[in-house]
Amino acid sequence: MKVTVDEAMCCGAGQCVLLAPDVFDQRDEDGVVVLLDAAPPEPLHAVVREAASVCPAAAISLGEGA
Amino acid sequence: MSGRRDLAGRGGVTAPAGVLVVGASAAGLATVEALRRGGYPGAVTVLGAEPHLPYDRPPLSKQVLSGAWQPDRALLRPRDVLAALDAEFVLGDPAVGMDAPARSVRTASGRTLRADTIVVATGTSPRTLPGQAGLAGVHVLRTLDDALALRAGLLRCARLVVVGDGVLGAEVAATARTMGLDVTLAGPQRAPMASQLGRPVAHRLAELHTERGVRLRMGTGVRGLTGARGTVTGVSLDTGEVLPADLVVVAIGGDPVTGWLHDSGLPVDNGLVCDSRCRAADGIYAVGDVARWHHDQLGTLLRLENRTNATEQAVAVAADILGGDRPYTPVPYFWTDQFGTRIQVYGVLPADAEVTVVDGDPETGRFVARYRRDGEVTGVLGWNMPKQARMRRQEVADALAASDSASAAH
Repeated sequence: MKVTVDEAMCCGAGQCVLLAPDVFDQRDEDGVVVLLDAAPPEPLHAVVREAASVCPAAAISLGEGA
Repeated sequence: MSGRRDLAGRGGVTAPAGVLVVGASAAGLATVEALRRGGYPGAVTVLGAEPHLPYDRPPLSKQVLSGAWQPDRALLRPRDVLAALDAEFVLGDPAVGMDAPARSVRTASGRTLRADTIVVATGTSPRTLPGQAGLAGVHVLRTLDDALALRAGLLRCARLVVVGDGVLGAEVAATARTMGLDVTLAGPQRAPMASQLGRPVAHRLAELHTERGVRLRMGTGVRGLTGARGTVTGVSLDTGEVLPADLVVVAIGGDPVTGWLHDSGLPVDNGLVCDSRCRAADGIYAVGDVARWHHDQLGTLLRLENRTNATEQAVAVAADILGGDRPYTPVPYFWTDQFGTRIQVYGVLPADAEVTVVDGDPETGRFVARYRRDGEVTGVLGWNMPKQARMRRQEVADALAASDSASAAH
């Protein structure tokens, strides 16, 4: 799984951090998403898929057998 | 996806679909994605009233309206990601009726779609003012087509009046002002979004709009529109004043799209009324803006027109369809961006709440405020501090859970 984020689309809701804090964080200054792990281990794939689906700005994309 | 689009032939009855989702916006799409993530193997059909593939609505009043984004950027998923869902998208064909016991839906073009499970995700439609329909230059904003029509109007007009002081009205005013228009915002509250933000922060939002040149006409209702030769010329207020305009946006809220359910026998009352599992009847669910479900922790029926509710509720409904059995008890959340200021709200912010700044400093333009009523936390607000506000979301969740156990003990 390869995770990419689009900072320009991020609205700072932090839904991804609530779901997968090992993969996503937010910048202190404006809340924009910070990708901590672009290739998360298999046990996290399900929750990362959920994060990509529920992101209210559609700012998270998954690739490579996601 | 496109190869399967015509399987539901016009006038014909399709083979039974496993799940039929009526509504192709954020809530509908998230339902399908959650079903597939959960391993649902059956057929899935998505019926959409609009011709567009699923797109996102929050950018419509901001990036799409301003022109910062091309319309395609508002699409929720690229085509290949949609195709991988193995769902049939039937688009541009509004639902016009439902036979609830038979679990079938009739469409405007004459299709009948049958399914084992139906998920209603038809959203809301904008309220309008009397006389609005016959006047050019008056807009609502709900769909992508609405946004593009309004943008065209903003590019050729100079004087905009926004009727409505909620989130949408305030965002449209901010976007139009940033584009250089002369903007007046009119509404009945004492400040924009007062019912969502509480008075002190709404007052601050009013100051932000005023500083940026938006004229506020607060505390007055709107009587109607004035026009000449079929084109709008202004907005008349309850005070008798007429605000001149060559363009008007009416943003006075929306009504749940439930007219098509009127002879279905389903409980419709300010939305499709559901139990705590978002179930309106056996095998029939509602998600998103149209769903009025019982929030067990708040102990009341609730309908949320929030972007994150659309997806969270979809996840809950998909889990129930897959055999889970848990009440849907979200922490309400919304955000708004106006003039570069990002506001995040968790929970609810009653007008009579006690407001305490718990992080940052209002003087510096960044703060987090906690709202309490009767000693209980009801909500948290972030002003240009999205991360720090989110980190206090749990305080709201804990208070909700505590009120749930308190009511359970009675």
